[in-house]
Amino acid sequence: MRSEPVVRVEALVKRYGTRTAVNGLDLTARAGVTAVLGPNGAGKTTTVETCEGYRRPDAGLVRVLGLDPQRQAADLRPRIGVMLQSGGVYSGARADEMLRHVAGLHAHPLDVDALVERLGLGSCGRTTYRRLSGGQQQRLALAMAVVGRPELVFLDEPTAGLDPQARRATWDLVRDLRADGVSVILTTHYMDEAEQLADDVAIIDAGRVVAQGSPEELCRGGAENTLRFTGRPGLDVTSLLKALPADSSAAELAAGSYRVTGKVDPQLLATVTSWCAQHGVMPDRISVERHTLEDVFLELTGKELR
Amino acid sequence: MTATGTYTPRPGAAPLPRMIGSQAALETKMLLRNGEQLLLTVVIPTLLLVLFSTVDIVDTGAGEAVDFLTPGILALAVVSTAFTGQAIATGFERRYGVLKRLASSPLPRWGLMTAKTLSVLVTEILQVILLTAIAFALGWNPHGGPAAVVLLLVLGTAAFSGLGLLMAGTLKAEATLAAANLVFLLLLVGGGVIVPLDKFPAGAQDVLALLPVSALSDGLRDVLQDGAGMPWGDLGILAVWAVVGLTAAGRFFRWE
Repeated sequence: MRSEPVVRVEALVKRYGTRTAVNGLDLTARAGVTAVLGPNGAGKTTTVETCEGYRRPDAGLVRVLGLDPQRQAADLRPRIGVMLQSGGVYSGARADEMLRHVAGLHAHPLDVDALVERLGLGSCGRTTYRRLSGGQQQRLALAMAVVGRPELVFLDEPTAGLDPQARRATWDLVRDLRADGVSVILTTHYMDEAEQLADDVAIIDAGRVVAQGSPEELCRGGAENTLRFTGRPGLDVTSLLKALPADSSAAELAAGSYRVTGKVDPQLLATVTSWCAQHGVMPDRISVERHTLEDVFLELTGKELR
Repeated sequence: MTATGTYTPRPGAAPLPRMIGSQAALETKMLLRNGEQLLLTVVIPTLLLVLFSTVDIVDTGAGEAVDFLTPGILALAVVSTAFTGQAIATGFERRYGVLKRLASSPLPRWGLMTAKTLSVLVTEILQVILLTAIAFALGWNPHGGPAAVVLLLVLGTAAFSGLGLLMAGTLKAEATLAAANLVFLLLLVGGGVIVPLDKFPAGAQDVLALLPVSALSDGLRDVLQDGAGMPWGDLGILAVWAVVGLTAAGRFFRWE
């Protein structure tokens, strides 16, 4: 996969009146799928809309496919696909009519009928946009973002409010886009969406990127993971600790209930079970608690409501 | 998840004329599908023309009522499409993110505005065909040259488009809806469309004569009813409104 960034944002600042929405944000997105996570008001949409050319940065540098979204907008627009958080369609237009229109603005669009079929919009028939269900409206907006065969697609909360089937359909489409070499930048509130789809995740809070990496990297970092098992009470925890890597800990929390923390990987699991074998211990109920992206997210952005 | 090549990037903008044509066709289709818009652009002008030509409600001066009314109704048709209809439609397109979404498409902004103008012109041509056919059926006997009529209609369209877009691009959609309809009514009554301006007090007449709708209906009447040449005064008033309206719209229009 190409390694030059599809999006490069450096020290971006964007204010609305006295409120600073984005405050010195750095973000590099490479080819593939990049998920932008963050609480409401973190600056996700502002950042994405600056990349799309809707907002003029107050300071900083923004390059999308190597182009300046403000000064080189005419060159950039045919190469990107945009799905807004909501709306974007004439209230009196039918789904296929609007999609055909957007396709017609591009030189080599996708086959509209196949796309309509693929996203289950065929059943919309003669229904106008304002009477479509929320899910149908979302899928139409998604279709409009990809129909022009762009190099890069921006999806702003593409599955917000979708039912599980529609969500799967959206995920499948994103995977197919990626497989065919289309890069995707998506904002989302759903951790599982980011874990499922993204090569790279950027967590934004208060107008800055607070963490970026693959889902695995992010889950590995931060607090340690935990392994628990139960066995005979009163085992020699000190002996176990000697067998473990240096930065681990081991404790008997309650009689017969043990906890090991550290870098929990297959090696650590093997060490624990072989120690048990050497000491004639039958460990039952071994469980590994891995940090989820949600743990990392809450750790970084806080747990209070806002 | 296997690469099928279906989505392999192949970006590119369609040729400009095709984009603008497609946009104009869609806008026209949206307008013709909208019941409230048709009421405004077709039903009301038609009803007014038929009603006031056949029933003696307003004293329209010497000559046939239809000869006085048809130029006024043609002016009203321009107001209904270029101003009221365009303002309301554009206001709601702005509210629902249509303008925003199109702004990130390959269609440039000036292309979108060109398409809107084309859509307005197409609608006006349909209105003129319908209304003149009805007027002829009512015994209308027009004079004057077509060049002056076309010039008046085009300048009137420019003036009202500027004002309509200014409203749509600065006010909330609901405010635009209310204000555009109110202005339509006020211009209908006070702009020499149905009621001759000389029925108003002398001081009011001077002010009302400067309204774009008065200039348009007065100019059309000079040509079509009285067979005058180029009505330069009225064309001048319309040109000033067009420049002011379009400049202000260009300056203050907000896309979202």
